Amino acid sequence: MGNAAENLTHTPDDSAGPILEARGISKSFGHVEALRGADFSARAGEVTALIGDNGAGKSTLVKILSGVYKANAGEIFIRGRKVSFDSPAAAHAAGIETVYQDLSVAQDLSPAANMFMGREKLLPGLLGRLGFLDNAAMRRESLLAFQRLKVSLKDMDTPVASLSGGQRQSVAICRSIMWARSVVFMDEPTAALGVVQTGRTLDLIRRIRDTGIAVVLISHNMRDVIQVADVIEVLRLGRRIARMPNKGVTVQDLVGAMTGALDAETEEGATP
Amino acid sequence: MTGTTTVPPAELATLAPPSLGRRLRGALTSSPAYMSGILLLLVLFFTFMRPDTFASAFNLRNIFLDASVLLVIAIGMTYVMIAGGFDLSVGSVLVFSGVAAAKAMEAVGRDGIGTVAIGTGVALVTGLAWGLFNGFCVARLRVSALITTLGSMGAALGMAYLVTDGNDIRTVPNTLIAIGTGNIGGIPSLVLISALFTVIGMIILHLTRYGRHTFLIGSNPEASRRAGINTAGHLMSLYALSGLLAGAAAMLSLGRFSTTTLEGHGTDPLEAVTAVVLGGTSLYGGRGTVIGTVIGVFIPAVLANGFIIMGVQPFWQMVVIGFVVIGAVYADQIKRQTQDR
Ligand SMILES: Nc1ncnc2c1ncn2[C@@H]1O[C@H](COP(=O)(O)OP(=O)(O)OP(=O)(O)O)[C@@H](O)[C@H]1O
Ligand SMILES: [Mg+2]
Repeated sequence: MGNAAENLTHTPDDSAGPILEARGISKSFGHVEALRGADFSARAGEVTALIGDNGAGKSTLVKILSGVYKANAGEIFIRGRKVSFDSPAAAHAAGIETVYQDLSVAQDLSPAANMFMGREKLLPGLLGRLGFLDNAAMRRESLLAFQRLKVSLKDMDTPVASLSGGQRQSVAICRSIMWARSVVFMDEPTAALGVVQTGRTLDLIRRIRDTGIAVVLISHNMRDVIQVADVIEVLRLGRRIARMPNKGVTVQDLVGAMTGALDAETEEGATP
Repeated sequence: MTGTTTVPPAELATLAPPSLGRRLRGALTSSPAYMSGILLLLVLFFTFMRPDTFASAFNLRNIFLDASVLLVIAIGMTYVMIAGGFDLSVGSVLVFSGVAAAKAMEAVGRDGIGTVAIGTGVALVTGLAWGLFNGFCVARLRVSALITTLGSMGAALGMAYLVTDGNDIRTVPNTLIAIGTGNIGGIPSLVLISALFTVIGMIILHLTRYGRHTFLIGSNPEASRRAGINTAGHLMSLYALSGLLAGAAAMLSLGRFSTTTLEGHGTDPLEAVTAVVLGGTSLYGGRGTVIGTVIGVFIPAVLANGFIIMGVQPFWQMVVIGFVVIGAVYADQIKRQTQDR
């Protein structure tokens, strides 16, 4: 398959430091400790897969690194510089975009309104300064983004609610890619997609990576992970328990690491 | 490679904006379109049955005058409800602001446009203050909108009674009465003022970023927050707007009735909600139009007026509108269910 070949030809740049790094992140919701000192790092031009069982804390980690939640403890670094995200806008400003597990779209509004949610384009001149929207430009740019990413929406002028689940997911993915400058988090972006769209999304992930952006993919589909990831990080019970390059790793290795059957041998992913 | 699958061009949306035909079809299948059809039928029906009385200039004037004060309140309610909120306090805030303005103008003593301006300022500021209080409780303290505005509904009216000992203030300056009952170019000034509010309300809601954020917050508050929108601040400003408009409506009411009408606004919030819902604004937030609300204000007004003219007990209007509102909400739910595949 062409995918595998492309995967082999791609050699990540090992010399560069991580573009995004998190150390010792903890987060509790009442009595539930979702994260207990989790570490994480992602490099530009690499696909980092973040895997773990249900409830391992993946989505919570993503939300902390996207400025949605505030961590109880821990540090975040962007290009080696310590940052603190007190709002999603701060993460946006750092070039971080996120496809949330729940998609985070406004069902009642059009795809274009969703693409520019919170970052609406205003008309030029006085009208723009008065807050008037440039709907035509937003529609045009959204449509171009969809076409570039080969997403077909039959109708640009209908509420997102009337799109299919997969199309909605595509809107969320396109939005993150349109704005991302350094890191894209994708929390189970292919969960609602069919075979063709999933293949396209994986291709898309490679293409974004090749533009020098760090892509973080969260998925429960281990075959997808092995196909597309450069590096795999495993989260269990709120902690990172492994970070391994995706070389010769098998599905069994990953399942073993996630469930704890392979506690001792984390780095190389030996067979049980 | 995967991903090279070409999409047939016919499947793709085009770069061109939606055609006029498409837009027209979209507009005609919307709730405001159905409702304006019903309004038109009502008007035609009553005109046909009682051409001399219903369609007389005098009567139409009355219908518009009755609607104008409510319309100003209902515009604020439209914004709040599109954002997924609710404001039961508008009637009481109207009374409170009216009393405050009347007291202020009484204190000034002289008649004249300056006095009216001071009264208007007091009405707007007190309305805004109540709105900010509601917004603070809902958006910052996270008390439910229903409870907050139910509470301030009681509190504002209670204070108005305390200040007045329960007696209406009737010392409204003649200048204000002249404005409230006057005409500009043959059209009642109250109607013109409320039409102005309506047009501004439409423009801001449907064409500006402020309006867009209102829809986004009502549709998905968490997603709006994640998109970097200051949701709490925006919600607070919406309640403030609703209070401000109630303050403005207070001046219109003073001008029209020359008294503070302490007892006259108990059902205002319910009538405003009825109008907003009849106009197709969703109770769940995220959808709605100002033009829908305009139609929603006029349907009950025309029905009540028509019944009186035809000698039908006007109480029937309450009965009919009650059931129609339930039907409108049911239709909204059905529409949502069929769309959320
Ligand atoms: N907002 C919240 N309030 C309370 N508890 C939460 C919240 N978000 C997450 N949790 C808890 O934190 C833990 C980690 O949840 P999280 O969603 O991060 O897991 P996940 O790895 O993304 O799981 P999945 O694979 O099912 O998406 C779970 O026990 C969950 O119940
Ligand atoms: Mg998750």
